[in-house]
Amino acid sequence: MRRVGVFVCWCGSNIAGTVDIEQVKAAAAKMPNVAYVEDNKYTCSEPGQAAIQKAIKEQKLDRVVVAACSPRMHENTFRRTVGGAGLNPYLLEIANIREHCSWVHPDKVAGTRKAVDLVRRAVYKVAKNVPLQRASIDVTKRALIIGGGIAGIQAALDIADAGQPVVVVEKTPSIGGHMAQLDKTFPTLDCSACILTPKMVDAAQNQNITLMTWSEVEKVDGYIGNFTVTIRKKARHVDTTKCTGCGICWSKCPAKVSSEFDLGIGKRKAIYVPFPQAIPNKPVIDEKNCIFFKTGKCKACQMFCPTGSISFDQKDELVEEKFGAIIVATGYEQWDPSPYGEYGYGRYKDVITGLEFERLVNASGPTEGKIKRPSDGKLPKDVVIIQCVGSRDEAKGIPYCSKTCCMYSAKHAILLEEKIHAHSYVFYMDVRTPGKGYEEFYKRATEEHHATYIRGRVSRVYQKGDKLVCLGEDTLLGKKVEVEADLVILASAMVHQNGASKLAQTLGISYDQNEFYTEAHAKLRPVETNTAGIFLAGACQGPKDIPETVAQAGAAASKVISLLSKPKLETEPLVAQVNEAICSGCLWCKPICPYKAIDGKVVKERIAGGKTIERPVAAVNASLCQGCGACTVACRTGAMNVLGFTNEHILAEVDALCL
Amino acid sequence: MKYAYYPGCSLHSTATEYDATTRTVCQTLGVELEEIPDWNCCGATSAHATNHLLSLALPARDLAKAEQMGLDVVAPCAACYNRMAQTIHETKDNEVLRGRVSAVIGADYEGTAKAKSLLEVLAADVGPKVVEAKVQKPLKGLRVAAYYGCLLVRPPAVTGWDDAENPQSMDKLMTALGAETVDWSHKTECCGASLTVSRTDIVLKLTRDILDAAKAAGADALVCACPMCQANLDGRQGAVEKTYKTNYHLPVFYFTQLMSLAFGIEPYKLGFARHSIDPRELLHTKEIA
Repeated sequence: MRRVGVFVCWCGSNIAGTVDIEQVKAAAAKMPNVAYVEDNKYTCSEPGQAAIQKAIKEQKLDRVVVAACSPRMHENTFRRTVGGAGLNPYLLEIANIREHCSWVHPDKVAGTRKAVDLVRRAVYKVAKNVPLQRASIDVTKRALIIGGGIAGIQAALDIADAGQPVVVVEKTPSIGGHMAQLDKTFPTLDCSACILTPKMVDAAQNQNITLMTWSEVEKVDGYIGNFTVTIRKKARHVDTTKCTGCGICWSKCPAKVSSEFDLGIGKRKAIYVPFPQAIPNKPVIDEKNCIFFKTGKCKACQMFCPTGSISFDQKDELVEEKFGAIIVATGYEQWDPSPYGEYGYGRYKDVITGLEFERLVNASGPTEGKIKRPSDGKLPKDVVIIQCVGSRDEAKGIPYCSKTCCMYSAKHAILLEEKIHAHSYVFYMDVRTPGKGYEEFYKRATEEHHATYIRGRVSRVYQKGDKLVCLGEDTLLGKKVEVEADLVILASAMVHQNGASKLAQTLGISYDQNEFYTEAHAKLRPVETNTAGIFLAGACQGPKDIPETVAQAGAAASKVISLLSKPKLETEPLVAQVNEAICSGCLWCKPICPYKAIDGKVVKERIAGGKTIERPVAAVNASLCQGCGACTVACRTGAMNVLGFTNEHILAEVDALCL
Repeated sequence: MKYAYYPGCSLHSTATEYDATTRTVCQTLGVELEEIPDWNCCGATSAHATNHLLSLALPARDLAKAEQMGLDVVAPCAACYNRMAQTIHETKDNEVLRGRVSAVIGADYEGTAKAKSLLEVLAADVGPKVVEAKVQKPLKGLRVAAYYGCLLVRPPAVTGWDDAENPQSMDKLMTALGAETVDWSHKTECCGASLTVSRTDIVLKLTRDILDAAKAAGADALVCACPMCQANLDGRQGAVEKTYKTNYHLPVFYFTQLMSLAFGIEPYKLGFARHSIDPRELLHTKEIA
């Protein structure tokens, strides 16, 4: 005979408003094994927890049922409470009579009946619970950061500062990310490169940081504390140990192609560094455009290289590395505004995106910072900036607000006026400036730099001579507006990085309908993923500006530092276990396991007649197992069980609810 | 290929040359047309500015008749087509609304018949390849601006058979006839439509913008697929020239007229004499007719 204590929580009026607590108590008192019943206004409060501990001792309880909110809220709280009173923490069950009952049922009679059923289920189950012990695993003291933009750089610097080694994997030839493409940054207008490049240099020089540019994460195995990651080091065709970055190779290379870094506005060579401050300042050969790779002739770069660094037969290399934690900082892409046929992006050369404008106005850009419009190189006098291109448009673009466009559009208006006295007309739906100094910055654009803000959408852009006529509406005046512009800038939305979903699948993390990675809790766990040991930083989780990205990168880094500073990690004991006596060794469970936690092994046993035989059985790696239970469903003999959720447990619950 | 033919009011009055050439072109291309018996006006802009249910009921009566014929509808007029497509779109997943419409027209309207514009049938269903094969007199040297107007390809959720902002179907048909098309800005701008009667000033401004853009792009003529567009661009061109002191002299063809011409039909059968800007001079200079 067990001695089960049932503790029914009111949760103020959250539960007591819909569930008759007295009736639940009376019913619970009559359930098998129940030795004690008590109610409390707030069971999770200190007095509530103390009452449980007192009852365990005084009533000699050996099992506890708490009828309260979801186990996602307070299961850990009550496990600690029970553990504090000397019971094994796993001799506890929660009956969720709030989220599963009082919150969703308006009827008190039916609600009470259901609450009683839920309590009975927990009472039947807890009787079958056995003490479980947590195990501990080692931690590899090394972090991986995927993505070398400002988020990845900041997180790497913070982790390295705490004395932990970090590897940054970046798919392009240089770290720096989108921030390296920008000219000025809002709301202070300091030059993006001036504040970014010191951090890039720090990252390159830090002993604890290893930069792996021109590399991509191919495969991720393992679990928190012990990830094994396969990284593809793409063939650079340049020996970075010998190369001095002198630049002779790219000055001699005859193949000119459009530059990704300059978004097609500028050109680069087939052997190139993407921008002057690139780190590492070592070029890569772009095989698709290199004349030697296309025709088998040329090798100009190799001929002129003074250090003999160039090798055409370098191949992609796969390296396997161990890490204790991973930060995903893969950033965003700018949305391609082509679906807006009415704006003529792609048809008219002088209709450009915000990011393209950054390259036009940037001193390291293709025009050396002179805002020459793409069609004829003239300096524009009147510029139309269209906000929310793609953002907040479910028909053509994406449903969410990209958050940064209001501010960068104001910045563009300021820069245009400051540099070439051009007048900006900004078409907007709303101006959103919720950041420190942001509203003031927007005011500065309108008051000091005389930008004209027009509330309304542009319906059509068309070429008339060398002007672009923008037809739109001023919804505040209720009038049609027509602006003849020399340049049109589309404040195009921020969307997920190319291949974001594929990387999520490689990592085993979740993503939302817009392919942004999902945090474990929107408010309370904003930098963690649902996969233990993997964290998020920057715009890969959703549109963000630089200050917010840097803050989140720091937060993710501190999570990693605290994880790596632990000598050992405790694991949950609620994992799958094989009853080897009845396992047939069919291993149907093995391909079903999403965590690759099951493998076969051979056991020896003596059978009747004194003979010893060998037979295969399934074996679970408890560190990899997440306790999902998929294997228990597949098991034909019932040999596989998840501890805490065994077949016996489930049947006891079914009996409680159905008999 | 057989369709229930809905000429609409214009093709029986101001745009008889569109009606005649539509029948000619369809006959040449093997598209059979059977006129909907006792058809009524689609309601055009007047109906949907007056009463929403009426604006659905008028086209629904014609569509219900087509359903009885077991055919899809082809409408040469952009406005008629748009009203029909709009009716189908709005009633498609709305049984209650279909019931109300049926009650108004006193007949069962199921929404099974599709509505297509003539341009869609000839450019998408028949296709430029088949058209090209029928060409006897290619329209060499003729530079035209294909003008679609606002109702033919928009809104995309209702029409959806060509790019709503930069449509290409008519351009491809014209190229198949041997003509040259210009890339221009005002393909889908509004001509002002029926405001031509009540607010002529607006129509003069809008048609001027369109004519300006076509001229600037270097077109010899405009081609359209709507009797209202043709009436405004052609019929009001003199008034535009007078008001704005400009000079265009841009003939405005129905695309079926140019198709007929290229198929070798004698020019005198194509109703050019009905145009305000007589196109015969241009066709003569280009040695097409």
